[in-house]
Amino acid sequence: MIRKFILIIFILYSPINAFALIEVDITRGNLDPLPLAVSPLSIDELSKKNFNKILNKENIGSEISIIVENNLRTSGLFNPLDKDAFLQAPDIANLKPRFEDWNLIKAQALITGKVTYVNEKLRVEFRLWDVLAAKEMMALAFTTVPSNWRRVGHIISDKVYERLTGEKGYFDTRIIYVAEEGPKTQRIKKLAIMDQDGFNNKFLTLGNELVLTPRFNPTSQMVTYLSYFKNLPRVYLLDIETGTQEVVGDFPGMTFAPRFSPNGKKIIMSFAKDGKSDIYTMDLENRIVERITNHPSIDTSPSYSPDGKYICFNSDRSGYQQIYVMKSDGSEIKRISFGKGLYGTPVWSPRGDLIAFTKLHKGKFYIGVMRVDGSGERLLTENFYQEAPSWSPNGRVLIFYRETKTNVKGEGFSAKLWSIDLTGYNERLVDTPTDASDPSWSSLLSN
Amino acid sequence: MNRSIIISSALHLALIFITAMSLPFLAKKPIDLPPIVSVELIQISEKTNIPFAPKAKKIIEKVKEKEKKLVSQQAPPKKIKKEKPDSIPMPDEKIKKVKEIKDDKQNPEKIDNEVKQVSEFEKKELFDPNNIAALIDKSKIESAEIKNKTNKVTQDQDRNVEIMGLSLSEEDALKAQIFGCWSIPLGLPYNENLLVRIKLKLDPDGSVTNSEILDHARMNKPGQAFYKVLAESALRAIKLCQPLRVPTTGYERWKELQLNFDAREMLEG
Repeated sequence: MIRKFILIIFILYSPINAFALIEVDITRGNLDPLPLAVSPLSIDELSKKNFNKILNKENIGSEISIIVENNLRTSGLFNPLDKDAFLQAPDIANLKPRFEDWNLIKAQALITGKVTYVNEKLRVEFRLWDVLAAKEMMALAFTTVPSNWRRVGHIISDKVYERLTGEKGYFDTRIIYVAEEGPKTQRIKKLAIMDQDGFNNKFLTLGNELVLTPRFNPTSQMVTYLSYFKNLPRVYLLDIETGTQEVVGDFPGMTFAPRFSPNGKKIIMSFAKDGKSDIYTMDLENRIVERITNHPSIDTSPSYSPDGKYICFNSDRSGYQQIYVMKSDGSEIKRISFGKGLYGTPVWSPRGDLIAFTKLHKGKFYIGVMRVDGSGERLLTENFYQEAPSWSPNGRVLIFYRETKTNVKGEGFSAKLWSIDLTGYNERLVDTPTDASDPSWSSLLSN
Repeated sequence: MNRSIIISSALHLALIFITAMSLPFLAKKPIDLPPIVSVELIQISEKTNIPFAPKAKKIIEKVKEKEKKLVSQQAPPKKIKKEKPDSIPMPDEKIKKVKEIKDDKQNPEKIDNEVKQVSEFEKKELFDPNNIAALIDKSKIESAEIKNKTNKVTQDQDRNVEIMGLSLSEEDALKAQIFGCWSIPLGLPYNENLLVRIKLKLDPDGSVTNSEILDHARMNKPGQAFYKVLAESALRAIKLCQPLRVPTTGYERWKELQLNFDAREMLEG
């Protein structure tokens, strides 16, 4: 009885004796790139020989790790550490990393892996480690044909990016653009496509006809673009996988910027009819054209919201070119841009939260973003001439083109692709073999 | 049967009685406080309390008169900084109570010790420590107790705040350290709840012996993958920052700590 009594007293007493838990709010952090180590993927001698024969690459493991490293670096969110500082050999690191060694060089994450040649295929295993917690965060393996080795590097980059940032990557993607050559007055324009890092560049048209505004289908590897045939604008559909091409239709007068709806079943564009330019959609199955806006002003550059319920476009109905948002049936038109200058080429982010645009103010061109209600306008970059932003599939990066000034003799003109992320700090030139304009970013190839 | 009921009832009553009466006293554990800080706080309360205590006021006036006579032959006396009278309200009743205690329990030897705790500055001011310092020192002990019971906001209660939490400078030092270590994942959806609460157990040198994510279940919920990324980044920050910049004293206060990582402010911009 006494024991029970003491026990009850003890139980009652003990919680009262505790101190109140101190809470500290951490509301700030650093936005510096995360230091991480990309160890070269280990490879056995036999596999090395086989891949050397097939791909003419001495060490495919190192090559893949370089792709991963470059991708993560260009994202601006990661700081891949110098390989010369690595203390552990790749083959041992892949089995069991010595976290103290990686900690020593200040790596917070580590990527290791192994490449093998299995049944004439490329098999790549990789692991992502949390160095500070000394634990594995992710382990995946891919098997593919050896010629896909670059894509494997991009897929690994996407997986690492997603695991460490919480949003999907954008590395296993392509960019379609208009390749330009020749003097400014006689430009030859071809349709071209490349991986997002500038590799595997291919020309899709010969340059006989003028091509403009290629746009990817968000759900497939289909592209729509505008081309002039016998001085008449035509809207084309091109399947990148098969190379088949078809004419969607000839449209009267000036036709602008065809773009897919989010489900890929419609094309939205603007063309001039009855002396005014309005926005129309075309159903790709039955080819029925539907008018969306009907206003005496010039309405152009329509772009759907990712859920397909709204459309943003630009219009000069207020007297100056501004950005408007309306429901997808053309109702409830609302102006959202009210800043100084002219606004154009609005593009709705795949995340749905922002609209990118080009702004012309006091003779300078800006690429910027604003919320879908027009608030929070941010100008990311400023230059002599730049336009046509296109979103990466994760809505984190914009690609656009920028032209340089010519000198008095008309020389020195060039147009190049540039990318910039939403912070506005990570601006990069995207290498292309020729001049380039009108880029459009594909969705992820491996969904 | 009846006997058991009676015993049970008696025991229950005894328990209730003990809980009501004894436990609050048991819970009062001697608190580990930095001595210098407490002396400084006490000094402030003494100065501001004196003008409101009529009897103490009379004594001080007498002391000042004597002091004038003495000091006139020596160096000029240091001026006492006047505190705002409303900063510490001191009802007359309390002083009365203090005086009663002084009459009953005052021990001259103890008074000497108490006076030694007061700074050199205080000694110069109070000419006759046996009369005044004893009164003041006793009053401060009593007033602390009374104020705790009456729940009035006073400077003495600041001591309790300090006992229970970190001071602003201590908290700022810890925050500044963790700010530098926390790499915020930039891909998080800023319109979601981006709060990660982590409970830490610390060694006296600031090393983390255990860390626990309080909303751990949320990590595995569908559509909350970003939360896992955020929580991991917070854990990395804690590991990177080790040992944490904790105060050098008062380990009992902060041996367990909760850090609330909130990324929304940063991501919204």
